[in-house]
Amino acid sequence: MGDFSAASRAALDLITGGDPRLFDIVVLSLQVSVSAVVIAALIGLPLGAALAVSRFPGRQALVVMTNALMGLPPVVVGLVVYLLLSRAGPLGEFGLLFTPQAMVIAQALLVLPIVVALTRQAAEDAWIDYNDLLRSLGAGPTRAAITLLWDIRFSLVTTVLAGFGRAAAEVGAVMIVGGNIDGVTRVMTTAIALETSKGDLPLALGLGAILIGIVVAVNAVAYLLKEAAMRRYG
Amino acid sequence: MSGSMATTNTLLPLRLVDVSFEAGGKRLLDRVNLVIDAGPRTIVLGPNGAGKSILMRLCHGLLQPTAGQIDFNGPETVDGRRRHAMVFQRPVMLRRSALENVAYGLALAGVPHARRLREAQDALEHVGLKHLAAQPARTLSGGEQQRLALARAWALRPELLLLDEPTANLDPSAAQAVEAAIQRMHEAGTKIVLITHNLGQAHRLGDEVVFLDAGRVTERAPVQQFLQSPASPQATAFIKGELPWK
Repeated sequence: MGDFSAASRAALDLITGGDPRLFDIVVLSLQVSVSAVVIAALIGLPLGAALAVSRFPGRQALVVMTNALMGLPPVVVGLVVYLLLSRAGPLGEFGLLFTPQAMVIAQALLVLPIVVALTRQAAEDAWIDYNDLLRSLGAGPTRAAITLLWDIRFSLVTTVLAGFGRAAAEVGAVMIVGGNIDGVTRVMTTAIALETSKGDLPLALGLGAILIGIVVAVNAVAYLLKEAAMRRYG
Repeated sequence: MSGSMATTNTLLPLRLVDVSFEAGGKRLLDRVNLVIDAGPRTIVLGPNGAGKSILMRLCHGLLQPTAGQIDFNGPETVDGRRRHAMVFQRPVMLRRSALENVAYGLALAGVPHARRLREAQDALEHVGLKHLAAQPARTLSGGEQQRLALARAWALRPELLLLDEPTANLDPSAAQAVEAAIQRMHEAGTKIVLITHNLGQAHRLGDEVVFLDAGRVTERAPVQQFLQSPASPQATAFIKGELPWK
């Protein structure tokens, strides 16, 4: 307990003191995770909506798969991306291993199933209500999917946030494909893991507090925006 | 535009020949033969589960018959516009303004952007909702939402308007406003086919009654005649069971 309070005080000093090491790590973490979520959303939102309105053989298996992939272990994704990007791998020529781009790719793969599965669920629930009307008005599957996405946009905020939470919190994938190189690929979660093993608890705890603070703040802002919009649009 | 209309056959009559519909091993419509002509307002009456909604969905193309034929006299779409529209018991409002809800239907019907808002505004005015054009549709009252659904259908200038118990969930004054809007559409020349449970509404809005019981059309008669002296025992029992209409 003494350790904890001493470390907390030191962490607070680090945060309030504007430590440049800390600042760089936080900025890189946000850049990587936000990029990953944007990419996953651009691919996953249309995919989820398309899955909701389409009927084809094997669809149910695909739905089960995307749901299952939400629990994908980050270290496994890290390993697969590592193998793809390593010198001898199929994408080795791009030289992306141990760069922030590799971390973005790995996190995007982790977030994608979450976005697809949660979007499909929300869109499918809405589709039950909208099906008759949209078909009556002559909407084809593509138009229906776009309309559904727009109409469930407030629920999708939560979907994207779930993806962001996943990306910001994971350590396994970015550790493997980024390598936790100081000043290059070190992000909050990998730094916490490293500093804890080194025994530098104040930095680890300070980073942990910032990480939680950022996730809470992002969710709070999104929640307030969503509530305001829901009141406005019903 | 008017040229293509002139050379196109009228949508009606709509002919149903031996139309059956089965689902889950149950025959929900049983060899229905029916001709729906332009002009008189047709009321579809019958107890719950008689197959009224299924009949309407088949006519609108939302369901396909398991047997039999459903044929319109002319093509169902002209210049991208469907010539028949449907209003559902529970109005589905898109999460956007009232005006945009109407414009959405026009967009799907291929109406150019420049004309959409103008036509949507006209349709809103038609159902007395012009003052609520900018309001998000989901914040409207139940009656206003149903009138908006009518406006959305009306904007498409359908020759045939199918209405599935449009006032079932509304209080009397809201129902009255919806009935007035339906009446205006009839007066503008749109063929009205209306499902209702309400004999009063049948009396107020109908010219003829098609009575459905257990998936079969058991009677078709002018509304006065049907209400005063129904020919079939099923219709007699139905009228007795419903509240008196006057």
